Amino acid sequence: MTYRLTIGAVLASAMLASPAWSEELTIGLGSEATAIDPHFHNLGPNNALARHIFDRLILQNELQQLEPGLAVSWEPVDDLTWEFKLREGVKFHDGSDFTADDVVCTWDRAPNVPNSPSSFATYTKGKTAVKIDDYTVHFKTEAPYPLMANDVSTVTIVSDEVGCEATTAEYNDGTAAVGTGPFKFVSYKPGDAIVVERNEDYWGEKPIWTSVTFKPIKSAPARVAALLAGDVDVIAAVPTTDVATLEKNEDVSLSQGASNRVIYLHLDHDRSDSPFVKANGGGAIENPLQKLEVRKAISMAINRDAIVDRVMEGIAIKAGQLLPDGFFGVSDKLEPVEYDPEGARALLAGAGYPDGFELTIHGPNDRYINDAKIAEAIGQMLSRVGIKTQVETMPRSVYFGRASKGGPNDTPEFSFILVGWGAGSGEASSPLKSLIGTHNPDKGWGSSNRGRYSNAEFDALLDTALSTVDDAERQALLAQATEMAIEDVAIIPTHYQVNTWGTRKGLNYVARTDEYTLAIGVGKE
Amino acid sequence: MTAFIIRRLLQAALVVFLMSVIVFFGVNVIGDPVDMLISPDADQAEIARTIQALGLDRPIGEQYLHFLKGVATGDFGKSFIFGEPALKLILHHMPATVELALVSLLMAILLGIPLGLYAGLYPDRKVSKGIIAGSILGFSLPTFWVGLMLIMLFAVVLGWLPSTGRGDTAVFLGIESSLWTRDGLSHLFLPALNLALTNISLVIRLTRAGVREAMHQDYIKFARAKGLSESRVVSVHLMKNILIPIVTVLGLEFGGLLAFSVVTESIFAWPGMGKLLIDSLLQLDRPVVVAYLMIIVLFFVVINLVVDILYSVLDPRVRLKDQGA
Repeated sequence: MTYRLTIGAVLASAMLASPAWSEELTIGLGSEATAIDPHFHNLGPNNALARHIFDRLILQNELQQLEPGLAVSWEPVDDLTWEFKLREGVKFHDGSDFTADDVVCTWDRAPNVPNSPSSFATYTKGKTAVKIDDYTVHFKTEAPYPLMANDVSTVTIVSDEVGCEATTAEYNDGTAAVGTGPFKFVSYKPGDAIVVERNEDYWGEKPIWTSVTFKPIKSAPARVAALLAGDVDVIAAVPTTDVATLEKNEDVSLSQGASNRVIYLHLDHDRSDSPFVKANGGGAIENPLQKLEVRKAISMAINRDAIVDRVMEGIAIKAGQLLPDGFFGVSDKLEPVEYDPEGARALLAGAGYPDGFELTIHGPNDRYINDAKIAEAIGQMLSRVGIKTQVETMPRSVYFGRASKGGPNDTPEFSFILVGWGAGSGEASSPLKSLIGTHNPDKGWGSSNRGRYSNAEFDALLDTALSTVDDAERQALLAQATEMAIEDVAIIPTHYQVNTWGTRKGLNYVARTDEYTLAIGVGKE
Repeated sequence: MTAFIIRRLLQAALVVFLMSVIVFFGVNVIGDPVDMLISPDADQAEIARTIQALGLDRPIGEQYLHFLKGVATGDFGKSFIFGEPALKLILHHMPATVELALVSLLMAILLGIPLGLYAGLYPDRKVSKGIIAGSILGFSLPTFWVGLMLIMLFAVVLGWLPSTGRGDTAVFLGIESSLWTRDGLSHLFLPALNLALTNISLVIRLTRAGVREAMHQDYIKFARAKGLSESRVVSVHLMKNILIPIVTVLGLEFGGLLAFSVVTESIFAWPGMGKLLIDSLLQLDRPVVVAYLMIIVLFFVVINLVVDILYSVLDPRVRLKDQGA
């Protein structure tokens, strides 16, 4: 008791000794941006950092709903043209005006940065930006394109004068890091710190912080310790194992929110002789995963409550589809499948597998929150209903290559895998297209369809949805497509990840579905 | 001696070459970096375009030849992740690691040798037994855990030292380092101590063993018989003779400190080379991994050379000849 009091007293005096809240903020990040150049690498940490120094035409709010950014309005003027009206009176950090020229040259630069390991061509391709006047831009496409606003909301606008011709190195040393954003670039030391200061002339709501330092602290316990020691004010990605202890700590407050990331299982729909599905005893078997009853049985055999409560320590949400409630295009009819081991056994028996079969589940062990533990839990749950399941997890550097193209002729290697998907565009068409649409390189569909699910009816429905410009109609079509995929058990969703941020007492953070850690989201109580 | 050094350097070149082959092909076998680096939203055409842009679509042998051509002109290739030259990235992270390794080596010498001497000279005292027990702990506790405990104690509970990162740097004698500022030193202390712990223990044990053995040697008895003072016996006759194994081990350990302080750098978010290596390995950033390991091999060769030269200074009986070393 005395000991605890002493620690409390020490902490309290430490808190008193430190100066009253200065307007400086230090944030401990779990992952580091790879460049200041906002077009170099289309990666969460980079995009989050870019939001401080730069703006986009359309911004995504904390729920990834679209809000006016550098554009004040956007609408289709005909089937092939979207008109964007730009915000007037916005200035770059170097004092130059923001105009349509900046948008047009950004559109040329974003997909073409040399050595980019993941470019923005995914979002810019097929769209041409045309300047109409200084504050009007037309985006033209070759076919009706309803997702224009979503795609535009991913691209960061740089300056025509200093940004468009600049190299990634010139961004990193600061000379080209000139944006219109709420903060100005101050310094960048890779692996050490990134510092920005408030833009006093920001067009939007001015941040309360005069100066913000981002420190990458990849080791989770060290990140928590840095918060406890007061070296940082905010940390991202609080590990689930520490949440319970931190909740009891008076000097720390936590903010939590559902992410746009669903964790799901993909099954081999394609090969009748699937390499990691065996008859009991190890003999060959005609792939049972192709039968709907078996897929349903597997989904029913998974105790999602146990995964959420035990493995994730309560910090996750049971999933019944591809995105949590509230996102564009989710179905309000789908609920997480109930745990029903008896029903699962009955379905298996009905499908001709009263004694089950043998299966191997593959998963990463360093990519998603508690990923290896989830795979192990699922292995045990399936074994309980008679599907003798082996669990094999590996580092993501090995896993993703094999899962996507480790088999003969660059086909997926595994039969039954644990994966996750974060919907960067914040609506349901992205996972539907990439995970469930038929694998078709020419069309660009099914790039992550590692189960090679293929359903002509679904494809047609999604096609219709993707060419429907009317929002309400498209939303209904996407929900319908989701229902079709889930009823056919194209994939088995288990849970949505929930992200946790920790702040010092007196601060709070507005949790975001896109996992970004933004200084403008940190407020004082 | 010149011939000795030239021969050593030639051997080094061969080792570096072999290393590059093993690492280059080895990393390639693990997987494809594009699978991890690319945004999941990218479609197949975009993935193929990126693979081509990074030169990963060509046969691995051809990629290696291309790499060798680059190395001949001092170009180790560009990092897949950062898009910057691999060599530049490594050199950029080097000062932080060097200062950490130097301070930690210094701690090992300044703490290890006196403690070891004491434990060797007065083996029956309680303090000596305490030192030896402590050194066993230093050996056997995992750095990862000790690092976190140090943070908990000094940063969280006592609040004396910062828990993470590198402090302010300043330029002195043309070298930018955090050794020159108070803030820098306070950031440096915990990671350096954590890194030094194993080596302090190692030096304690080596020194103690050396002292215990040498004390019974004839030359010590003779020195005493001559009536030399105890301090002279210890500081001259004893020290000179026990230093050789210590120098060897510290030399090798210094290489290890420079090259593989991965765990400590990760826990303390120290922006050094070790953290760069582990991040690059996890993301299959082959140019950085290959360049890094080639540089490390060079380091080790040079350190070994320095150790050999130090031998001959410490012990006149050792001559620098080709000992098949």
